[in-house]
Amino acid sequence: MTSTESLIDRRQLSYIAAQAADARLNVELETEGMTLNIGPQHPATHGTLRIIARLDGEQVVWAEPSCGYMHRGYEKLTEVRTYPQVTALVNRIDWLGSFANEVPFILAAEKLMEIEAPPRAQWIRTILFELSRIANVSLFLGDLGVQLGAITPVFMAFRDREYVLNLIEGATGGRFHPNFDRIGGLKDDLPAGFVDETRVVMKKLRNFCDEMERLLFGNEIFQSRTRGIGVIPRDVAMQYGLSGANLRASGVDWDLRRDQTLPMAWNKVDWKVWTHPDGDSFARCWVRLQEVRESTRIVDQLLDNIPAGPVMAKVPRIIKVPEGEAWVSTENPLGEMGYYLVSKGDLGPFRTKIRSASFNNISIVPWVLKGVYVPDIITILASLYFILGDIDR
Amino acid sequence: MSTDAVAAIPGDTLRERVVDDLRAAIGDALIDSFVRPGDDVWVRVRTDAWRSAGLALRTLGFDYFCFLSAIDWMPSPFGKGEDDPTAPAPERNDTIAQGYAGGDTRLQVLARLVHPALHVGVNVKCDVPDTDPVVESWISVFAGANWHERETHEMFGIGFAGHPDLRNMYLPSDFEGHPLRKDFPLLARVVKPWPGIVDVEPLPGGSDNEEGDAE
Repeated sequence: MTSTESLIDRRQLSYIAAQAADARLNVELETEGMTLNIGPQHPATHGTLRIIARLDGEQVVWAEPSCGYMHRGYEKLTEVRTYPQVTALVNRIDWLGSFANEVPFILAAEKLMEIEAPPRAQWIRTILFELSRIANVSLFLGDLGVQLGAITPVFMAFRDREYVLNLIEGATGGRFHPNFDRIGGLKDDLPAGFVDETRVVMKKLRNFCDEMERLLFGNEIFQSRTRGIGVIPRDVAMQYGLSGANLRASGVDWDLRRDQTLPMAWNKVDWKVWTHPDGDSFARCWVRLQEVRESTRIVDQLLDNIPAGPVMAKVPRIIKVPEGEAWVSTENPLGEMGYYLVSKGDLGPFRTKIRSASFNNISIVPWVLKGVYVPDIITILASLYFILGDIDR
Repeated sequence: MSTDAVAAIPGDTLRERVVDDLRAAIGDALIDSFVRPGDDVWVRVRTDAWRSAGLALRTLGFDYFCFLSAIDWMPSPFGKGEDDPTAPAPERNDTIAQGYAGGDTRLQVLARLVHPALHVGVNVKCDVPDTDPVVESWISVFAGANWHERETHEMFGIGFAGHPDLRNMYLPSDFEGHPLRKDFPLLARVVKPWPGIVDVEPLPGGSDNEEGDAE
């Protein structure tokens, strides 16, 4: 781990670089600026994000993401849906970790209805939640290599993610959009053989992490392209509401799985929240790698003692949520995902504010891209890790 | 949620102290508050104190900016778009009823800040005047409010005084209307009747329990 001193040095360096970029516009040697459009169709943007960057030579003077190519208006659509129907919508917000999107919404509805899922359902929810995290973040690790010019990791990531997707499909019937969570519990119990199969897969995923650590994180080119690039200090990260690994990579010890009481099984097992003091691209990637490892540990321990019992609490057939307001957020693969749910005692929500992680995570892009060099734009975007559906909703 | 008494009592005082601290900081600009024990805090501040409330909360340690948005409390004049177009228009309740911590106006701005050490969140609300829907911008307090205010401006038509650049985030710049206001129709439901009207399946297992409040 790098010491705090070198962190300050790096921050100062990037600050000086940003100042220099500002100043260069004003000196007489000013070159004619150039506007560079990255996207909306660019492999580094995971969808249709467009970044407009004004360059001075090789340095970015000003950059601004342009969103909205995938705006689907879910907040408005939830107002004409019933509560059970909403999970089908929110599945599509972060499509790589779909099950994790359903959970906070269901928890918010359950909070207003003052019911709680039976322990077995809480356990299975947590297992599936962590499996979606593994599926999501392992793809990030592979994709990261591609963006930095290494082709091999992505094949390994797709290979090993497939095992996890098969598990999710086996349990829920859907590879990408499970739509499995219900108010009061789950649609179904786990299929036969799920526990044994999951143990095997978790072992494979841990091997995958070790492989990645040796192949990618130990690579000198990878390190020189990510270390000290895109440094986000703690106070800036807090102001912009960064969450998840992006926040933990800036040295903030904060994980919503540990730090709040939710009717989930995270606090029943032993695991660790990893942070990194550097706040640079390397730190963000490294924290995510550790998170996959921790997730496999969580799943393994949860599999050991799944409680018996029903997977569904007694709920009325027609679900009406009592009047009130509730906020529930969980630590999703991309960061803090929360729903502010306003109910008027109706069959559907009166208003749902969807607080998605990527929206906040990407809003820092104009700040962090200032003064960086063109190839680093891709590094920084990759390490901030966003899903377009999670920005535009 | 689990409301075991042991956890609720420290949570209570913790959250009530947050309200007391804020009242000490901004005085009578704090109009109303609501605390759900062990869960969350809602406060409503005067419109002209919106920015100073954010600043006061940041000084109190609530320096994690979670989100900023708005709520339109007017009931939708269109319902859910599920009405039979051949039947006479149903009676709709059009009384505006605000949620926790009350309110006087149709539109309210809502933001959430979190204390990273205590793990306590505060939902801050403020009324938005009907005639001149403008509140102060939070950008100078939380830089991250920038995009959230742009989104709120686009979706609700609420202005933010002091925001440098309230361009649309999602919609074309010449788009008319504010989609998340309740009086903005969801066109997909207006143009074509909802197929669920004609396609009603009987519930499995007989007709008992249909009312939904049987349990």
